[in-house]
Amino acid sequence: MPTLELHSISKTFTTSAGPVPVLDRLSMQVAAGEFVAVIGPSGSGKTTLFNIIAGLERPDAGAVRIDGVDVTGRRGQVAYMPQRDALLPWLSVIENAVLATVVQGGDVAAARREARALLADFGLQGWGDARPALLSGGMRQRAAFLRTVLWHRPIMLLDEPFGALDALTRAQLQQWLLALWDRLDRTVLLVTHDIDEAIILADRIYVLTPRPARIALELRVELPRPRSYTLVTDPAFARLKRQLQQVLMNGERG
Amino acid sequence: MSEEVSAPIPATPSVGHTRLSWRTGLAEYGPPALLVIGLLLVWEGLVWYWEVPAWLLPAPSQIVTTFVTSLPVLAEHTTATLTVTIPGFALALAAGFGLGVALDASPLLRRAIYPLLVTSQTVPIVAIAPLLVVGFGFGLLPKVLVVALITFFPIVVNTIDGLQGADRDQRRLLEAMGANYWQLLRLLRLRAALPAIFTGIKVAITYSVIGAVLAEWIGASAGLGVYIARSLRAFRTDQVFVAALVTSLLTIALFTLVSLLERWIVFWKGER
Repeated sequence: MPTLELHSISKTFTTSAGPVPVLDRLSMQVAAGEFVAVIGPSGSGKTTLFNIIAGLERPDAGAVRIDGVDVTGRRGQVAYMPQRDALLPWLSVIENAVLATVVQGGDVAAARREARALLADFGLQGWGDARPALLSGGMRQRAAFLRTVLWHRPIMLLDEPFGALDALTRAQLQQWLLALWDRLDRTVLLVTHDIDEAIILADRIYVLTPRPARIALELRVELPRPRSYTLVTDPAFARLKRQLQQVLMNGERG
Repeated sequence: MSEEVSAPIPATPSVGHTRLSWRTGLAEYGPPALLVIGLLLVWEGLVWYWEVPAWLLPAPSQIVTTFVTSLPVLAEHTTATLTVTIPGFALALAAGFGLGVALDASPLLRRAIYPLLVTSQTVPIVAIAPLLVVGFGFGLLPKVLVVALITFFPIVVNTIDGLQGADRDQRRLLEAMGANYWQLLRLLRLRAALPAIFTGIKVAITYSVIGAVLAEWIGASAGLGVYIARSLRAFRTDQVFVAALVTSLLTIALFTLVSLLERWIVFWKGER
């Protein structure tokens, strides 16, 4: 049984120019412990999809199920990392990291201890009491990721988590996430428009069509783990990349 | 990567910091200070040269003399003015902030009350103030109300703007965490609104002393407004200038106090 299941999700927005269908009977499954990436052309409804899974928006039709339970429109069920870090500027790194525990009324003191213990793994050793303004872009993103991990949900949604970073920092963070990933034991759904990122990180990739989004391709990434960034020069990597590019290009034309 | 994961930057300023800020201070305040001194000298010279009568335009030197000799009387009147200004401003702050939060929470209330608020600011206060005196007598209350009426508007408007201007991503994140209305308000929106609220407070505090002086002018037994009215009747123009000077200094002092409070409370502003 998949941990996260999207069953025939449809969503249409009403605008002044008429109805705009964004998602069209979209279905996907993510197994427990799996890392799944969703790639799509920009404006293909990736963010709407994430809002629906996070419970921020309701689909017109279809259901979101976690471990078989219908959680459509319910918030706080999955951990969510937005593209921009959304760190609160008046809180320290630690206080930002434990925000979900504060909102959900959990044991904040225990969460703070856990956050401190994880600082080193997140490359934030010595920065726990610093406010976000002092942090570099890569550090801010890692702090946001720490906050997502300390949300304590088995499923994490990552919405283009490295999209706003420069190429070098992004590559460093992907490498870091790969190393961290093997120890985390979480289920991940990653939205990205970066093909390399999807192949390096994911077990499986869904490619979406332009609006209204349907699944254009489902691809299993048969590359051995642990992976590293050197994969990008591997022939198998190049084959997968070509395949994905073709589907994305055709999709854009159609 | 290793470069990013270094120790925190020490927060202590460099040794040259003090001298640098002294120079910056001179560069910033030097020119306006020189200009003011120059203008005062010209004023003094012209009054002396044309033998302008003191009831029309007193010389700066005479204003300073009057200021020193009337210090005890001035202190009394200034205290009276502050007794009107501070409660009036406090009332405006409490009412303005409360109303701002309420109007933000209810779109219906906002549609109903917002136009009335704007209209209230278009009615000349000199027309309302005597009515307040008639209604509430010559005590402290009507004067406090005049100050509150003049100063609450920027606080309401900026509170609403600030609450609604909270970052969308941060808001969505908290909502995804399952935050309810009160948690959103407490954890995010009130904090995010603070810079805007302080903008409102700074505008309001600038009007507050003038508002108190105006209220005293209309009906009071003490205060800078009363002092100005009496001085005008006695053709003591020098005293009018002194009262104006004290009103300015009082306003500047309160504004500075608010700015310091802002830097302390909105500590994260300008860090980014």
